[in-house]
Amino acid sequence: MAPRKRPKLAVWKFSSCDGCQLSLLDCEEDLLAISEAVDISYFLEATRKPAKGPYDISLVEGSIATAHDVETIRQVRRQSRTLITIGACATAGGVQALRNFKNVKSFISRVYAHPEFIETLDQSSPISDLVAVDFELRGCPVNKAQLLEVLSATLNGRKPNVHKHAECIECKMRGNVCVTVAKGEPCLGPVVQAGCGGLCPSVGRGCFGCFGPTETPNTAALAEKFAALGLDPRDIQRQFRGLNANAEAFRKESERHGN
Amino acid sequence: MTRISGTKVVFGRPELDRLIALLRADGYRVIGPCIADGAVVYDEVTSTEDLPEGWRDDSQPGRYRLDATGDGELFGYGLGAQGWKRFLYPPRQMLFRAEKAGRGFRIQQRDDDGTPPLAFLGVRACELAAIGVFDRVFHQKGFEEPGYLRRRTDALVIAVECARAADSCFCVSMHTGPALPAGYDLRLNEVVDGTRHVFVAEAGSERGAALLDRLSVDVPPPALVAEAAGQAEAASRQQRRRMDPDVAGILARSLESNHWEEVAKRCLTCGNCTMVCPTCFCTTVEDVTDLSGNNAERWRTWDSCFTIDYSHIAGGALRQKASSRYRQWMTHKLSTWHQQFGVSGCVGCGRCITWCPVGIDITEEAAALAQAEGTSAAGQGHLAESPGDAGQGR
Ligand code: SF4
Ligand code: SF4
Repeated sequence: MAPRKRPKLAVWKFSSCDGCQLSLLDCEEDLLAISEAVDISYFLEATRKPAKGPYDISLVEGSIATAHDVETIRQVRRQSRTLITIGACATAGGVQALRNFKNVKSFISRVYAHPEFIETLDQSSPISDLVAVDFELRGCPVNKAQLLEVLSATLNGRKPNVHKHAECIECKMRGNVCVTVAKGEPCLGPVVQAGCGGLCPSVGRGCFGCFGPTETPNTAALAEKFAALGLDPRDIQRQFRGLNANAEAFRKESERHGN
Repeated sequence: MTRISGTKVVFGRPELDRLIALLRADGYRVIGPCIADGAVVYDEVTSTEDLPEGWRDDSQPGRYRLDATGDGELFGYGLGAQGWKRFLYPPRQMLFRAEKAGRGFRIQQRDDDGTPPLAFLGVRACELAAIGVFDRVFHQKGFEEPGYLRRRTDALVIAVECARAADSCFCVSMHTGPALPAGYDLRLNEVVDGTRHVFVAEAGSERGAALLDRLSVDVPPPALVAEAAGQAEAASRQQRRRMDPDVAGILARSLESNHWEEVAKRCLTCGNCTMVCPTCFCTTVEDVTDLSGNNAERWRTWDSCFTIDYSHIAGGALRQKASSRYRQWMTHKLSTWHQQFGVSGCVGCGRCITWCPVGIDITEEAAALAQAEGTSAAGQGHLAESPGDAGQGR
């Protein structure tokens, strides 16, 4: 069979820590297969010579947090046939979206020695707030197996097997004992999308919520459970104000427990 | 000579160790109760050292704790956090591998996970009933699940009768326990008091009888037999929770009850209840390809009626609202299951009550529905969902 023309892959970074794009490099034994399946055309973390667009698949990491980001993402969208956002920053605004609840200027003056050099937007936003996104892959960072699955599915024209249901389902499939029921640990699992494979409960602690809200998160009922476990409103708010603080369901729930 | 049913024998802990060793030497993987992460779980055991000696569970709605009793009992707990389901019907099963061949695919390998025969140590009455339900589901004319049937046929069942009931238990009202019915290879009653720690045993099959023949056993004195026989009765008397005997009818009449919306306020739609339920058997099938597209695999994984994708058909998911998902689960379990399989889909183990993070209690919901009967808004059809009302899901 004639080898198909290798689609061009680009990997982009916006406001983020690089962890998600490194998940791609972290694919180790599959890296060779990836480079055979796609032409890695633009990936500053991995290649020396970026190739010009357009690109068949763009993986976008990071949130929109500066005026420059706003410009660049529009260019990226124009050059990309399929645009996939990867990670909590790109899909929900990331941990830097904590600024969205406060006045960003007050942080800048406290954090930086020369605040006058800092140019930033008031809000950190997901990519989908600015441009059309073809698929959003959650996680902080993304799970490399899911990243491979999304790439394989995209290359082969099928729907990725990425679930939007609760982390609890993965956790139970793994055989974990529920940390909330057996230890009284607050755990976000029931309202957090599966994807990590039940990482934190496997080491005896509650879910942080790296993969953002499920398809139908009943955050109010979980917040009530947290209160029954002894968390005060501020602690409950902190539960929902983590890596996916700006995801709508978590943002709204956190706002119910103070500002 | 083999001694099936009727002949009781007694042995001590060293013989139980010998039983485990014999099974392992015979090629069985022995699965029994162990302690992990603050709970009793079923996992591989190599000797009685692995068993939860001196631990008792306190299983309440949404809350589970282990209490140390210091009395040396090995089977003083009620149930493992998850049942035997994960061994008989694993969470992820590869059905086949396929390789691209021309315009199609060539199937390379069919389901055979190659697990050695399993021996289950510590199966309770409600769990035997649950395995019985699985047997009906996976061994029907026209639908036989080969992987399950192989693992099930191979499996050796050593049942242990409950001497006490947990707060969440309601097997009495489901007629599944605590007394052990038939269906085991060996049954044990553990008797511990100041002077002795023994197991009163009886075979329930040729396989079990042959095993007993290889152990060094005694004839139990009548008083000990009577004490063992009284255990299940004591466990029955402890049970406070019960399912309404007319639950199948109540549910059939409550499809439009307002109460479903009440449950939906509390329900997280997390699916934990379905994962821990020993009779919930739903799975989804997924095909995966590698990057090249030349190799594919088909996987079967546990699924839950609490997910949106579960009811996804052309046009959208049918059960967007938590109320309709909870209704589906409970009504199937306790009502329509009878029509489908000729038994109840609930055996009264109480796991869904204990392991629901917010402690939703299926028996209390049944009682609330019964109470709401007559006051329900029948005919309003507020639960009728069409794929179009996606926006209303919570
Ligand atoms: S529905 Fe609940 S009580 Fe009934 S068998 Fe399933 S887990 Fe046990
Ligand atoms: S009943 Fe409990 S365990 Fe089941 S889906 Fe609802 S919250 Fe989760």
